[in-house]
Amino acid sequence: MVGIVSYGFYVPQYRIKVEEIAGVWGKEPIHVLSSLGIEEKAVAAIDEDSLTMAFESVSMALSSVKLKKDDIRAIFFGSETPPYVVNPASTILAEFLGIDHHYLASDTQFACKAATGAIITAASLVSSQFTSNALVIASDKANAKPHDPLEYTASSGSVSLLLGNKNIMLEIVAMSSFSSDTPDFWRREGIRYPSHGGRFTGKPSYFYHIQNSASDLLKKQHLKPSDFAYGIFHMPNGRFPREISTTLGFTKKQIEPSLVVRSLGNSYTASALMGLVSVLEVAKPNDLIFFASYGSGAGSDAFIFKVTQNIKDKRQEFRKKIENKTYIDYQNYLKFMRNL
Amino acid sequence: MVSIIGYYTTQFGELWEKSLSDLIEESITGVLRNTRLEVGQIDAIFFANMLAGVLENNLHTPSKIAEIVGVNIPVFRVEAACASGGVAFHLGKNYIEANSGKTILVVGAEKMTDHSPEETTSALSSAASGEEQEAGLTFPGLYALIANYYLSKYHNKEEAMAYVSYKNHFHGSLNDKAQFKRKISIEQILQSPYIAYPIKVLDSSPISDGASALVLSSNPSTIKKIKKSVAVLSSEVSTDTISLNKRKRLDEILATKLASDKAFSRARLKRSDIDIAELHDCFTIAELLAMEDIGFWKKGEAGNRINELETMYGNNGELVVNTSGGLKAAGHPVGATGIKQIGEIFLQLTEQAKNRQVKNTKFGLAHNVGGSGGTAVITILGV
Repeated sequence: MVGIVSYGFYVPQYRIKVEEIAGVWGKEPIHVLSSLGIEEKAVAAIDEDSLTMAFESVSMALSSVKLKKDDIRAIFFGSETPPYVVNPASTILAEFLGIDHHYLASDTQFACKAATGAIITAASLVSSQFTSNALVIASDKANAKPHDPLEYTASSGSVSLLLGNKNIMLEIVAMSSFSSDTPDFWRREGIRYPSHGGRFTGKPSYFYHIQNSASDLLKKQHLKPSDFAYGIFHMPNGRFPREISTTLGFTKKQIEPSLVVRSLGNSYTASALMGLVSVLEVAKPNDLIFFASYGSGAGSDAFIFKVTQNIKDKRQEFRKKIENKTYIDYQNYLKFMRNL
Repeated sequence: MVSIIGYYTTQFGELWEKSLSDLIEESITGVLRNTRLEVGQIDAIFFANMLAGVLENNLHTPSKIAEIVGVNIPVFRVEAACASGGVAFHLGKNYIEANSGKTILVVGAEKMTDHSPEETTSALSSAASGEEQEAGLTFPGLYALIANYYLSKYHNKEEAMAYVSYKNHFHGSLNDKAQFKRKISIEQILQSPYIAYPIKVLDSSPISDGASALVLSSNPSTIKKIKKSVAVLSSEVSTDTISLNKRKRLDEILATKLASDKAFSRARLKRSDIDIAELHDCFTIAELLAMEDIGFWKKGEAGNRINELETMYGNNGELVVNTSGGLKAAGHPVGATGIKQIGEIFLQLTEQAKNRQVKNTKFGLAHNVGGSGGTAVITILGV
């Protein structure tokens, strides 16, 4: 049995409200709220980046387990906003964590599913006994061009997962992936802000890929949405996960606990996984969880997880922690994001 | 006499999986299938398109169409901004009148959604006065100036414009080829965000992909084989200054008035003879102006009369306007728009308009405008 042994998360303290951004650009906040389903988003401070947030989340993930230095022989860092274009963040993290040097390190990129693709790789490395444990870290300080609609949603955060084959709290029952060449969102070398295809990011991109990865997995496992306690879908905004879950047949009750996007925004690689963190705070042993990520470009990884008895020892307090927040204005937001 | 003997339109909308060539091919294949004509029976093609050269670096489209269709006949590209379709139709009609017995295709197509809204808006602005472009005026801005002046002069509220959108969205809900098939309320329109005061998002036609095609002929044997045909009673083009600041009046589109007068004179019809019309509602204010400039309503009346919705399908008015959904709801793939307008009148007059069919229609009119009134085309058809 392979699965998640422990997990950690990091949400920066700062928040900016949608109405603050809308006010700057002369938009009615109610229109933004109704079209994107977002009230506020988390913003990393000026001295934080994807690497510092990754260190925070992975430290939390490892705080509840006792491992020897050489138990972790694989570490993956998935991000759209790595600190370096050339120079791995995964090795920096491993060094700070004191992991023995006999490990495979890899920085992965595939838009918002850079880390969930790495979960499939890491689970396979554990299954093949390449390593007894593997770390997968998702972390982003997502930025957007000022006045781009993305500015309302792109946020900051990190989630880390320790995978293994002993003492697992979340069994990986099955996984599936669906990919195609669909250029809906991109950022070229040397370009500061990402570009996107507007509504093209919806139907032929997000919805098409998740529909395929999810339907394929459900069909192969002979399961239906009503078999699951929770459904979790990538959250580029508040509307898309609601729409895809309805299309697939999940109920509002099944997905509501995962919808942290309304108050935290879209932390890109950490977005769907932050939904998982939210669900794990309330999930019970034997609950089945359906999870589907989405990465522009494009692809979707779908997973079926089963909660084990070990959740009781590994559960992390989430909702209370993210209530520790400080609101900033637009000027400070620009400063924190180094957009000035 | 030139007759329209067939029509086909693709779906209008965000057709991401289709290129400009795909759309052209679908429309030509579709109209040939509808008319049971072979490519070899077509003597010439008139092609309306505005933006391919600017957005796609794609010109010399006549040769590309020759390749798509597999012909060596004359193919002409026509550009007159949003009136490209109407002008292509006008030239096609003239071509047949000068070459009796010929059968031609008039095709309009536009591919707009592969580009960012900024790129497309900038490309569309190429149809405006350079001086006004430099002043920062886009087409929403130009029509907003007109709307502000009109509403102020005739003491109308923004609600008057909203009724145009309300009516045309209702019509769009009856047209399976329309980009927007959703009915919207007056409240939704009034609450939609401003893009250039007093014009709101729901006062504005969208950016669209699509292609439409017509077959025109004066060949008696070809026309005889087709059961459903309509006569082209007139097709008239007028132009005016491209710059808004050079116009004498801001509450009218002079080119529309001039083209209308010529078209009605040539068709020997009165305004009251028209049962069905497709008017160029790129922004809702444009339909109000068109109702007056064509002469259906008196100048200054539109803002009050539109509230009564007498031109809405199902209200038993003497004239029904924009049953296709207009540019507002059916969509506005620029080069295709003028062809779709004439095609909609063709469908109505030949009783092929399905669930939006207006009863007992004999005469119909299509009104196609380029820019903010620099070009206007009026086409009158009859059965």
